[in-house]
Amino acid sequence: MNPLPRTLVTALAAVPALGLVVFYFWPLTTLLVEAIDGRSVSDALTRHQTWDVVWFTTWQALVSTALTIAVGLAPAYLIARYEFVGRRQLVAVLTALFVLPTVVMGAAMLALLPDSFDRTVWTVIAAHVLFNLAIVVRVIGTMWEHLPIDMEGAAATLGATRWQVFREISLPLLRPTIVGAAAIVFLFAFTSFGVIRILAAPGTRTIEVEVWRRATQLGDIGGAAVLSLLQLAVLGLVVLWTSTAQRRYGRPIDVRVHARRRRARGRRERSVVAVISGLTFAVALTPLVALTIRSFSTPSGWSTTAWRTLGRSEVRPGIRIGVDPVAALGQSVQTAAWATTFAVVVGGLASLAIVAARRSGRLLDIGLMLPVGTSAVTIGFGMLITFDTPPTDWRAAWWLVPVGHALIAVPFVVRTTNGVLQAIDPRLSDAAATLGASPTRAWRAVVVPYLWRPLMVGAGLAAAISLGEFGATSFLSRSGDETLPIVIEKLLGRTGSLLQAQGYALATVLAIATITIALMIERAGDTAAIPGRRGTRRSDGRY
Amino acid sequence: MKPSPRRHTFTRAGLLLAAFSLAAAACGSDDDSSETADPSAESGSITLVAYDSFPEGDTPVNDALDEFTAETGIEIDILLAGDTGTMLAKASLTAGNPEGDVMWGVDNTFLSRAVEDGVFEPYLSDAIDIDPTLDPDLVTLAPNGEATPVDFGDVCVNYDVAWFDENGLAVPETLDDLADPAYADLLVVENPATSSPGMSFLLATIDEYGEDGWQDFWSGLDANGVAVVDGWSEAYYEQFTWAGGGTRPMVVSYGTSPPAEVIFADPPRDDSPTGVIASTCFRQIEFAGILRGSDNLDAAQQLIDFLASDTFQTTLPLTLFVYPANDAVVLPQEFVDFAVIPEDPRTVDPELIDENRAAWIDEWTEIVLG
Repeated sequence: MNPLPRTLVTALAAVPALGLVVFYFWPLTTLLVEAIDGRSVSDALTRHQTWDVVWFTTWQALVSTALTIAVGLAPAYLIARYEFVGRRQLVAVLTALFVLPTVVMGAAMLALLPDSFDRTVWTVIAAHVLFNLAIVVRVIGTMWEHLPIDMEGAAATLGATRWQVFREISLPLLRPTIVGAAAIVFLFAFTSFGVIRILAAPGTRTIEVEVWRRATQLGDIGGAAVLSLLQLAVLGLVVLWTSTAQRRYGRPIDVRVHARRRRARGRRERSVVAVISGLTFAVALTPLVALTIRSFSTPSGWSTTAWRTLGRSEVRPGIRIGVDPVAALGQSVQTAAWATTFAVVVGGLASLAIVAARRSGRLLDIGLMLPVGTSAVTIGFGMLITFDTPPTDWRAAWWLVPVGHALIAVPFVVRTTNGVLQAIDPRLSDAAATLGASPTRAWRAVVVPYLWRPLMVGAGLAAAISLGEFGATSFLSRSGDETLPIVIEKLLGRTGSLLQAQGYALATVLAIATITIALMIERAGDTAAIPGRRGTRRSDGRY
Repeated sequence: MKPSPRRHTFTRAGLLLAAFSLAAAACGSDDDSSETADPSAESGSITLVAYDSFPEGDTPVNDALDEFTAETGIEIDILLAGDTGTMLAKASLTAGNPEGDVMWGVDNTFLSRAVEDGVFEPYLSDAIDIDPTLDPDLVTLAPNGEATPVDFGDVCVNYDVAWFDENGLAVPETLDDLADPAYADLLVVENPATSSPGMSFLLATIDEYGEDGWQDFWSGLDANGVAVVDGWSEAYYEQFTWAGGGTRPMVVSYGTSPPAEVIFADPPRDDSPTGVIASTCFRQIEFAGILRGSDNLDAAQQLIDFLASDTFQTTLPLTLFVYPANDAVVLPQEFVDFAVIPEDPRTVDPELIDENRAAWIDEWTEIVLG
């Protein structure tokens, strides 16, 4: 691509880079410097559990990632290429799975799985696959729908089987995106917390759980900090490798601005679509149905009391427990709106900068991934002791929570947009230049229009991340702003069958809210891509 | 072709932003927490740091706090800081420049650490009349008045009444009984490494069998098929026969779980489906203290006095399901009927707990999970 003016690239990169330094590197370094001393290092490194934990964390994450990709490719393809009844709903339901609090999902899975599967590492891996399916389907699916369908058609015409088309054409083109999606899934599995605590055999720990345990239960902040350094080391290697791999596999292609999906043709194709979508729906809906059922069940039989008393201040005459689901839903939506705004703006700018800046862009790319793979306790506690003196006394600032969510969400936005932007054929910009456009103008005409559709998909994932309350913010103190996941955990942490059923009822509400928001964003994304059809026509003309 | 895509592009960006800001503004219009969040040292307001299960609004506890505001003109902001361990870890990290002025809820298993880390500004409330059922040593737990005991409760083995009836089995009476083969595979406990009730139950056994004897008891319990899960919710709502449809009719829970089962029963009932084995109970005492570095000491002291007063303490049982530390308070009928206050609850010296917590947990892990 033509080099853009350096000032423009710098301007694009400035906001994401600054945000990363202020809200990630600064608090992280402050905590590590404050907490780590010689003794905590030697204690942690000589403890044999430390290495067991590092090893377990890494291998379960690798296996989870490989399986998630393997399972997710078929639905990703389906959603990218076919128009079928329930397509959007399928995406929305998968997104809901990604969002639900692990307490709730864990309970649903335990209820569904046969007893022999309870609390084994395979339950953990299955849960990781289920949770992260949405990432694979969205990130890879978004790229897939932008791949030129003509090449596949041509190969098929020449007699290639479906599998050959996938292996020889789609897979090589998708590889950078697959690597990108795999990196994110890996980071989520690598820093797994709730799933491990609920579904793993007791005593099985990831680094994330061990950091939390040391810091909060034993008060051993030093030991926790050393562990998060180890976590960072593994993380750095993985992110570096994926970033290199993405560059190596990346190649410009004739991407589509607008997805061209079609209905399945012929009996065989129709049945394949039906089977894959049916299976995915079944897998994704089962836990949701299970938790809805639990909202109606009590130890003494079926009851709708939980739902009928849900918004009521007095759950029992004279007994108020101070849970306000409506306010919590409002708070969740409001936080998600801000987090999404931050993430989309920062992620969009970052994406453009990364693609335009090439080498130094890679640094930004790697940097933005780090918060996802860093212990939430470490960042949260770091923020606590960093933003504690004026003029940066932000401990009680309302925007710190959405900023924290955005920290986790930005890489999703970058991942969904980057693949598409990197694949734009540089000859398009060249052509624009030949027609007399300045590099900046050529960039605006050629590159920027491709941004919107993937950006909307990224926005959907960002909203989901915020609704699900991921990351460091769960370790920030809060006042007057309880979100739904927090209220759900509160209810499920108390004795009483009515409160338990209410917890599941609220989880159902959260699932429905997520599905609704995902559907809205999906629809907006489809609309956003329509004016870009110009781009399609333009590139069509080249063949 | 040249101008139009660009215009569309930027209009769209604007629309997107506008839509999000509008959505956020719409939701936020009735929320003025952003203004009160400014932690300026305004004398009329004070921040109460508490664990997550403390109610933020619309309960008798909050009504009482409003009364305090009405009487003194001091506004109270409640700041929730996580579970007790997390709250204390934060307080230790920020000792001297705290997140708030008063902290509610550090219990006797964490008290020594809090005192050692210099979290509190000593102030002994004179309003309190310590409950006589408390261990007399309790007052001296915070010998320099670092913190004031405000409530207590017990962690005990709970059992499913109907299950024991139906199976014609006598309910165990002692810790020893739990390791009896007659009760094999019937108990679920929480991991003391990750759960506060789990830790309390481990401490109960250390109190019974001593620092050198509890290991044998746990080997026996392990051989007798005790199930271990990570936290209370998983134990009570997944494994317990009564609440979770699980296979374990005995679970480590709270002494006040039976009254909660009656009060929040659906459909309503007048007997408790669960009971408590009194000899297994470990006493948890919670304290409130002024955070060192608070710039509003006078208001903080007034709040501590109020938290210990019977006006406030009366609201505790039915909201937090704990017993008031102030013995002038009359207990609600459900508590009298369904809760058991063990006559001789188990305790372990807080200093001993703090010194040995990590080592005991490691040892326990080796025995039970190793």
